Amino acid sequence: MKLIVAIIRPEKLNDVLEALFRAEVRGLTISAAQGHGGETEQVETYRGTMVKMELSPKIRLDIGVSDHFVEPTVEAILRAARTGEVGDGKVFVLPVERVYRIRTGERDEAAVTPVV
Amino acid sequence: MSEAAVAWMLVSTALVLLMTPALGFFYGGLVRSKNVLNTLMMSFAAAAVVGLVWALIGYSLAFAPGSPVVGDLSHAMLRGVGLEASGEIPHVLFMCFQGTFAVITAALISGALVERMRFGPYLAFIGLWALLIYAPVAHWVWGGGWLAGLGALDFAGGTVVHVNAGIAAVVAALVLGRRRDYGRQAILPHNIPFMLLGAMLLWLGWFGFNAGSALGANEIAALALANTMLAPMATVFVWLLLDLVRSGKATAVGVATAIVVGLVAVTPAAGFVSPLSAIVLGAIAAFPSYFVLIWRARTRLDDSLDVFAAHGVGGLTGAVLTGVFAEESWNGVANGLLFGNPQQVVVQIVAILAVVAYTAVGTFVILRAIGLVTALRVAERAERLGLDIVEHGEQAYTSGEGAVLLLRSGRVGEAPVLGEPAVKRAGGTS
Repeated sequence: MKLIVAIIRPEKLNDVLEALFRAEVRGLTISAAQGHGGETEQVETYRGTMVKMELSPKIRLDIGVSDHFVEPTVEAILRAARTGEVGDGKVFVLPVERVYRIRTGERDEAAVTPVV
Repeated sequence: MSEAAVAWMLVSTALVLLMTPALGFFYGGLVRSKNVLNTLMMSFAAAAVVGLVWALIGYSLAFAPGSPVVGDLSHAMLRGVGLEASGEIPHVLFMCFQGTFAVITAALISGALVERMRFGPYLAFIGLWALLIYAPVAHWVWGGGWLAGLGALDFAGGTVVHVNAGIAAVVAALVLGRRRDYGRQAILPHNIPFMLLGAMLLWLGWFGFNAGSALGANEIAALALANTMLAPMATVFVWLLLDLVRSGKATAVGVATAIVVGLVAVTPAAGFVSPLSAIVLGAIAAFPSYFVLIWRARTRLDDSLDVFAAHGVGGLTGAVLTGVFAEESWNGVANGLLFGNPQQVVVQIVAILAVVAYTAVGTFVILRAIGLVTALRVAERAERLGLDIVEHGEQAYTSGEGAVLLLRSGRVGEAPVLGEPAVKRAGGTS
């Protein structure tokens, strides 16, 4: 089992979700995040006050998958989230010690296998 | 001149101007949060651009004597528009009152253009549209033009304002093309309370729009106000029932929409029909707009905020029904179909067709002409990011986190900066 953490552009979220569903990745959690990855700054002006937005809005996805799902999931995210410009985000693959499904108490592989 | 009339028209003019920012919030609530400033700006900027175009040239084209087709330039640059009486009020007040109508009419079209049109070309478009489309049409009906000669009834602008803007919106949506996400992703309103607040303020402003169109503090103003209050109530009631029957839920977006549809429908009729007729008219008007809304959402036509269903169809229904319900015993002007004058319905339809044809062709030509000079749409990336940041350099709802102050010298403030190379920060010479 792995935990895949992806940081992507908010405007790419719909594309990524579509790609994940096509890859039959069913369980995921998303959250709004802010971060900095070296992208060019966004300058905004409010009544003469110029500010540089150092932190850009990002979306974070947390996806727990069984091992044979790691590659398709990463592939789908890489393909769908890419624009080719700085700031497209990152994908992290982390080892997972244990997983439980709260409803049934199932653990590990069984817990991350979607109910059919 | 009558002091009472002057007082009421001063208030009415301010009320009608209030409708334009109200429309901005009505529309702004319906778009996604990344485009709300752009949508609001489309209304607010219309006040500036169209208001000035109107004062300098448009008013003359609409209300100066001239041919039955268009006014001449005798009032251009506000020549001869002073404190002398125009009816019961000073001429300059009449010009301002009519100017607020031009502003809201142009702003109405923006509902079909949101989330994808570049701001500069938009300003050019509404400025030209107010001058070349709105002013002549206003002249036809209110400035002593050919439709007035035919006896077309349009109390406060069902045809001039709403059918006109509704058709322009369809054409503009077709020329501009769909939003990239339209029909592919769910596009949901980001702030429905904004929309309800906008609808309520529109209703308030509409009392100036309709009752002010009596151009005096008199019985007809009272009739128009009563009808402006009652007709939308009937529309909202019927709309709620339709919602309940169709989906089992009475929706807030539906109520806000119904308020506008009812107001639009009663606009041409306000000073011509009895209050009871206004209730019937408001109730009937719910049906066509309700079903056109549902039908439109299933088509590929991205009239994004349904300007056509609300204003085009609502205005059309109201204009025809004015020819049905008009009562000479109330207004002293003309009878409609129900009171022995079927001819009036025919005249109403002729007026509608004339305005539809002119505005459709004219809007198409103006947008295509601007499109030859510069791109009408933002780039795909800008559409994804949202027009607030790309077109205006602002965000509506910013947390302020991660914002670093830029000093006038171009240097950044004292806070640690993630993106700046350390050397540059330490040196401080840039």
